Amino acid sequence: MLSRTAENLFWIARYIERAETMARLLEVGARIALMPQAGHGYRNEWESLLRASGTASGFALKYGDPVQRNIESFLFFDRDNPSSVASCLERARENGRIVRTALTTQVWDALNTAFQEMRGLERVPRSELELSRLTEWTLRHTAMLRGAIDASLLRNDGYEYLGLGFALERADNTARLLDVKYYVLLPRVDFVGSGLDNYQWQTLLRALSSHRAFHWAYGGEITAGKIAHFLILNRQSPRSLVTATGAAVTHLDGLARAYGRAGPVQTRARALHEALEKTTVEEVFEEGLHEFLTRFVRDVSGLAVMVQASYLSGEAR
Amino acid sequence: MATEYFNEMYHGDQVRPPYARLEDWMRAMPAEFRAMKQAEAEALFRRIGITFAVYGEGGDPDRLIPFDMFPRVFTQSEWRRLERGIKQRARALNAFLLDVYGRGEIIRAGRVPARLVYQNAAYERAVAGFTPPRGVYSHIVGIDLVRTGPDDFFVLEDNCRTPSGVSYMLENREIMMRMFPALFRENRIEPVDGYPGLLRRTLASVAPAKCEGEPVVAILTPGHFNSAYYEHSFLADLMGVELVEGADLFVEGGFVWMRTTEGPKRVDVIYRRIDDAYLDPLCFRPDSMLGVPGLMDVYRSGGVTIASAPGAGVADDKAIYTFVPEMIRFYLGEEPVLLNVPTWQCAKADDLNYVLDQLSELVVKEVHGSGGYGMLVGPRASKAQIEAFRARLVANPAGYIAQPTLALSTTPTFVNEGIAPRHVDLRPYCLVGERIELVPGGLTRVALTEGSLVVNSSQGGGVKDTWVLAE
Amino acid sequence: MILTVSHATTYRYSAPMRGAVQSLRLFPARFEGQNVLDWQVEVPSGIRGGSFRDGAGDKIEGWSLRGPITEVSVHVSGRVETQDLHGVLRGHREVVPAAAYLRTSPPTEADAALSDLAVAAGAGAQDLLDRAHRLAAAVTAAIVYRPGVTHEHTTAAEALALGEGVCQDHAHALIAAAHVLDMPARYVSGYLFSDAQGAAHEAAHAWAELWVEGLGWVGFDAANACCPDARYIRLGSGFDARDAAPIRGLALGEGLESLDVAVAVGQAQQ
Repeated sequence: MLSRTAENLFWIARYIERAETMARLLEVGARIALMPQAGHGYRNEWESLLRASGTASGFALKYGDPVQRNIESFLFFDRDNPSSVASCLERARENGRIVRTALTTQVWDALNTAFQEMRGLERVPRSELELSRLTEWTLRHTAMLRGAIDASLLRNDGYEYLGLGFALERADNTARLLDVKYYVLLPRVDFVGSGLDNYQWQTLLRALSSHRAFHWAYGGEITAGKIAHFLILNRQSPRSLVTATGAAVTHLDGLARAYGRAGPVQTRARALHEALEKTTVEEVFEEGLHEFLTRFVRDVSGLAVMVQASYLSGEAR
Repeated sequence: MATEYFNEMYHGDQVRPPYARLEDWMRAMPAEFRAMKQAEAEALFRRIGITFAVYGEGGDPDRLIPFDMFPRVFTQSEWRRLERGIKQRARALNAFLLDVYGRGEIIRAGRVPARLVYQNAAYERAVAGFTPPRGVYSHIVGIDLVRTGPDDFFVLEDNCRTPSGVSYMLENREIMMRMFPALFRENRIEPVDGYPGLLRRTLASVAPAKCEGEPVVAILTPGHFNSAYYEHSFLADLMGVELVEGADLFVEGGFVWMRTTEGPKRVDVIYRRIDDAYLDPLCFRPDSMLGVPGLMDVYRSGGVTIASAPGAGVADDKAIYTFVPEMIRFYLGEEPVLLNVPTWQCAKADDLNYVLDQLSELVVKEVHGSGGYGMLVGPRASKAQIEAFRARLVANPAGYIAQPTLALSTTPTFVNEGIAPRHVDLRPYCLVGERIELVPGGLTRVALTEGSLVVNSSQGGGVKDTWVLAE
Repeated sequence: MILTVSHATTYRYSAPMRGAVQSLRLFPARFEGQNVLDWQVEVPSGIRGGSFRDGAGDKIEGWSLRGPITEVSVHVSGRVETQDLHGVLRGHREVVPAAAYLRTSPPTEADAALSDLAVAAGAGAQDLLDRAHRLAAAVTAAIVYRPGVTHEHTTAAEALALGEGVCQDHAHALIAAAHVLDMPARYVSGYLFSDAQGAAHEAAHAWAELWVEGLGWVGFDAANACCPDARYIRLGSGFDARDAAPIRGLALGEGLESLDVAVAVGQAQQ
């Protein structure tokens, strides 16, 4: 397939995943803002959200102080913010239009419907839009997109590029989310356990739709160790780092099979995944959660660069 | 003005034979049902993505070209004559191109003025002396036709470069078949869905001699911001070929290659949907970001075929148009089957005087214009418009030609008030490669505004399915 | 006369480029005034592409280079035996008719001053050849040779208004003037051997050719007030300087380009 087509598919998935993360982040922020003791932590919280979304400097430039309404607009509607839900969905749809023929009608329909409805939402006065409606709307559409891809797309190389995009974006997003929460709220492991922290972690889990899953898997008190295990090392958790790297390996292997040749990118992905599989929570904390996550985000972005060079740039021979 | 327009369905009270079965269909359709079907058609168009992208004007970037459900019908014998005329014209136009980039016999013979050809902006010095595979320059010839009577067809203009709109021909049919299957059982209608296959075969048949094995064909698009992007991707899909942008291609070792996920893949035939000027920044416009640097060197050294060939535009200029009947006589030794519209060359003093005198009766067009812009329809223009146009014409006579206002035929068309006659034209797509092929059908464009003679989609025109009845 | 040519062009980039493509028109024309003894064109680490002779009789060869690259160079060397045909391009095979060279391009667009110059110069000419000579002489008189005052994109009209310019400006102005009088004219690029008493022109040179019915294409070097003779090597032609450029190239990437050219044309010992 044309490298550009592969690139477009890869980015469609990344944008969808990113739109979903943004919506989930907004939900976290909104819930925490509702906390009774949202005193000094309140402001911090919104700042950390912006940081997690990687858009803090863009926001500061445009709005200055983090005010909830502005943050909501910025993360959801703002086209000046390349990571806003609206920007992501628009770009996913434009990428889809470019590779229209590599998609099924169902997938195109889902992309196009999300885009058209988004334009409808933009025309509604902000005062009439509850945040929860926006986040639910986003999750519903991203779920429809995943469903359409899963149910209707041919399992050819195009499917693998989509899968790869989802996997790498999710790995990146989960790591960033975790890092910001940890970095801002838990400078030292022994701080874990206060009521505020628990509430925040629960909120985070809920925003990731993992609240129940977590309790089923671990039970009892929420601890930093359990959270880290759940979001980094648990192979059952759909958003964990190890699940994401596992998916990346699967899709890269699919490409190697389809093309009859594997390259350094497969080797690298496998190494990253296997290292994660062997890691324990203790080792993560020993390295330092922040250090560990920083390294991981760098590794994932390194892998994305290799994917780009191997398949998407068109420079490979 | 009491012009009599030929109505393709009714002759007085009589229904003309090709429309016989449509009479009942039309009468049996209640207004609500019709509205429902119209909405259904629109939804299908949007669904499939047949839109006409318009960027930078605000509003919905994806517009639909209005689709009229009332088909336009030709009998087999009417079509046979059209087919003969269209193929004849396509052959002559290609013979002309081969000639003017070669020895220029028709010019030496004094049948076409040298200036019109060699000083034409569309004449490409860079391809002179080069014979493309099978001597074909224009592989897809779109010939715009109008009808003024039962047996009177006129060629309005030729499109030798990259005539657009064929996706509508295909989709209009597809949608009609989905919505009115019964109609297609009752009427025996020649299919048009062989077009993508024929186009692919045509393009493969002009692969360069250096091509090894099955020719690789690709469609070169200016990109997804282009208003015809849908058509490009639609054709690529139906033909089973890649849709590429300039940046997807590069030249090396005398060949053109596509950048794919599995490494470079050689391309043998490029069906380009970008203008000559943008094809290769080394040869044409140096600022072009849409083309492929070095493409023309590969083309000229026989490493790739470009369809239509660079320079093909010199045959479809509105000033050259006048000479097409002469080309048919000169190259084919035949009389033209299809007539030209009488045309006054404003560059000639006598013609200009006549045109200025009759401005309110004539249609005046820019020689290099297209899309219905820069055009005066005398009988429908205000005094002020006519005077403004007169000034432009006097300032640059060579830039214009004039033609009588043709009494374009009408066909029944669904309008708000019910059904009413609207003016139509026809663009069939003739394919020229190893053989000359024409699918039985084309794109019928309809002027939806009452009384309007301008069918361009940019000026309020719509489209219709075009039927050719089997014997 | 046997002329030797050594011509090296080097493009350097401030940042690595993803690749480069070149279209070279660096081969001596084939006509009675030139006999190529040997001639090489090389692009180090480049990949040779297709080559062909175009409708104007010029040989063109494509080259490409795979990235990353920070430098592209083109080396030309060879020997050509020349003879003086007084500018007449005798025995040159081409398909493009002279009438095609009545078309103007932006740099050869005549303004009122160029039109006046052409009409004044052409008045009283005995025949077409005489008219061509008068036009060339008028351009020589109107534009003084002076390097550095004009640039790559200077038009004929601008150079005339300035009254100064280099060979490219003389050629553009002569083409524009010829078009005013309905004479086909074109731009020619090549080399010039400057002997001891010759003017200090660059060895990479350009002049114009005018179509004289009955005689064919005749070269006029308005910059040197003469017709090309045995000191000239003709490469190729076009509507204007860009169209006739011996090297057309493009590198992909963000780096800034700098250019270094070294040309030496000498006379071989016989």
